[in-house]
Amino acid sequence: MNIYGDWGNALVLAQRLRWHGYAPELLEYNVGDDFPAHVDLIVGGGGQDSGQVVIQDDLLSRETVLKELAEDGTPMLVICGLYQLFGKFFKTRTGSVIPGIGILDVETHGTDERLIGNVAVSSPEFGTVLGYENHSGQTTLGPGVAPLGTTAKGTGNNSSDGQEGARYRNIVASYLHGSLLPKNPALADFLIKTAVERKYGTFVPGTPDDSYAVLAREHAARRPR
Amino acid sequence: MLYFSVPLGKLVRRVSRLRGGGSALPGLVVEKIDPGFMQRTLSTLPLGVAVVSGTNGKTTTTKMVVELLESQGLKVFTNRTGSNFTRGVAAALLGEVDWRGRLDADVAVLELDEAHAVHFVNKVPPRYCLLLNVLRDQLDRFGEIDKTAELLQHIAAKTTGTVVLNREDPRVARIADTLEPAAVNGPEVLYFGLDDSLLSTFPNDDELRAAPGSPVPPAPAKPQADVVLRRVGADDADFEYDGATVTTHMLLRGVYNIFNAAAALTLARAITGARGSGTDHAGLLAALANVAPAFGRGESLVVDGLPLELVLVKNPSGFRLGLKSFPAAGYATMIAINDNYADGRDMSWLWDVEFDTLREGGVDQLTGSRAYDMALRLQYDDVAIGAVDTDIAAALAAFIRGAKDQPKRIFCTYTAMLAIRRELSKITTVEVVS
Repeated sequence: MNIYGDWGNALVLAQRLRWHGYAPELLEYNVGDDFPAHVDLIVGGGGQDSGQVVIQDDLLSRETVLKELAEDGTPMLVICGLYQLFGKFFKTRTGSVIPGIGILDVETHGTDERLIGNVAVSSPEFGTVLGYENHSGQTTLGPGVAPLGTTAKGTGNNSSDGQEGARYRNIVASYLHGSLLPKNPALADFLIKTAVERKYGTFVPGTPDDSYAVLAREHAARRPR
Repeated sequence: MLYFSVPLGKLVRRVSRLRGGGSALPGLVVEKIDPGFMQRTLSTLPLGVAVVSGTNGKTTTTKMVVELLESQGLKVFTNRTGSNFTRGVAAALLGEVDWRGRLDADVAVLELDEAHAVHFVNKVPPRYCLLLNVLRDQLDRFGEIDKTAELLQHIAAKTTGTVVLNREDPRVARIADTLEPAAVNGPEVLYFGLDDSLLSTFPNDDELRAAPGSPVPPAPAKPQADVVLRRVGADDADFEYDGATVTTHMLLRGVYNIFNAAAALTLARAITGARGSGTDHAGLLAALANVAPAFGRGESLVVDGLPLELVLVKNPSGFRLGLKSFPAAGYATMIAINDNYADGRDMSWLWDVEFDTLREGGVDQLTGSRAYDMALRLQYDDVAIGAVDTDIAAALAAFIRGAKDQPKRIFCTYTAMLAIRRELSKITTVEVVS
């Protein structure tokens, strides 16, 4: 699923890995593909409600392998629609239940309210995380996960508790697109560092030039909701 | 009330023009004091009302339909200001009606924003509608593109005569299935289409990142199209209709504009066909060849004796087509990205455009409120960047100064385009749309 430029997250991970001196192999996984034998990092995007329905069966058939990878500490970034389906379920407005794969202790309920606009999140791990949200499903976190952070601007997981996203093992789940990683290099480098350390034991960072990212962040932070 | 509303509305229109702005205010005034004004006035037109909607290409397509119909001797009322809201239509009407509220026209061709079209067609059911596409535009207003498709479906449902649909956009083509059949009082459905060889130049949103087997809504079996675009050349194009292929010179550039010419031909043929006196085909093609782009849409101006082209980009498909239609070689390039309400506040779409075609020459100047988002995007595609300045006037001046001996091209979002035109009008002649 890639409705909000989520492809940008994959592009940023691959390009930054190169800038850090590594040679990444980017595999695209679509419905019905063979699941790759070896995976170091997983990134997934959001879709419309109709897109979520289309990937549902395929995702459920991958439940076991994804759970094993998650529990083993594989870094993953799941955005919006895939965040919802990584949780226990998505109960739509009309009461039908789309089952998730339950890696994250979260549940999502469809609402008539659409949460749309620029978002700033204060994250204890990654500092200020900037992005854009557009969702009508509202997610609440269970005790098994922590939020990614608290919203300084925007709504986040739901319209009541001021929390955004979820953190579990090396998974980062979030409603933010924008795309998320280009303007949040600290988050991108967490995923990269975790993946590289798991594969090679150590991570030797390069020196990516983040000056445009810094300026893009400053301007994004000042834009209206 | 009836006799006062028109003169009063005209007066407000005059005053607000003297003040130099507010094209919609007089429309608001007349709507308030005489809610039936628009419906009453438009219902007098012998060939009725045609609504043009969709996420992309409304302005140029509407302009084409108007010029095609005028070539057939029809008097056409249209909302030329690009004020595509209901009260914008009312305001435009005030400029055209006489003091007793009579409109001297055969047909109205109106460009309507997807969301506002719904309100409009509830008040004034159109005889014709032309639905262009559902691209990932303005999701910050509509949430999901499926929602945008529902808005277009509502326009079609209210149409009494003929619905013209884009055969190649699955979300638009499927609207036909939701309509009452023509035999049971539903509208007639016509399609415009593309030759298979051109399909790959029009990726829809679902296909931007989709490999085979990805979640793309299934397309219905292809219906017969009334007009098919068969080929696009450097300055000509082939259209097929009535069982024959015609080649015509085109002033318009950009494959998406020329595809919309097929849409305009379909609608214009439907309207003139209904008139009874037939269609002057030679006149229609001559008019089509001479259509110039609407302001900012592939428009070419002259600065320092060399062309400066403005290419409006609003969503990933449009930007991709813009890059494909206007090759970078030989041109100095500027990109201006704003995120005001009319542009859409969400910047994620920039990540679904590939900028590798700009890699060889680089981009000379970036500007707009989100210039640094654009810079970051180009950095990740290894495209060299000359300068970045969020101030559009300063950036434009620097760009023109720095590329004095080169033809120039500016890719810009909607409000950035307006700002650039304002600045350019100080140094060159820019088409005035009144």
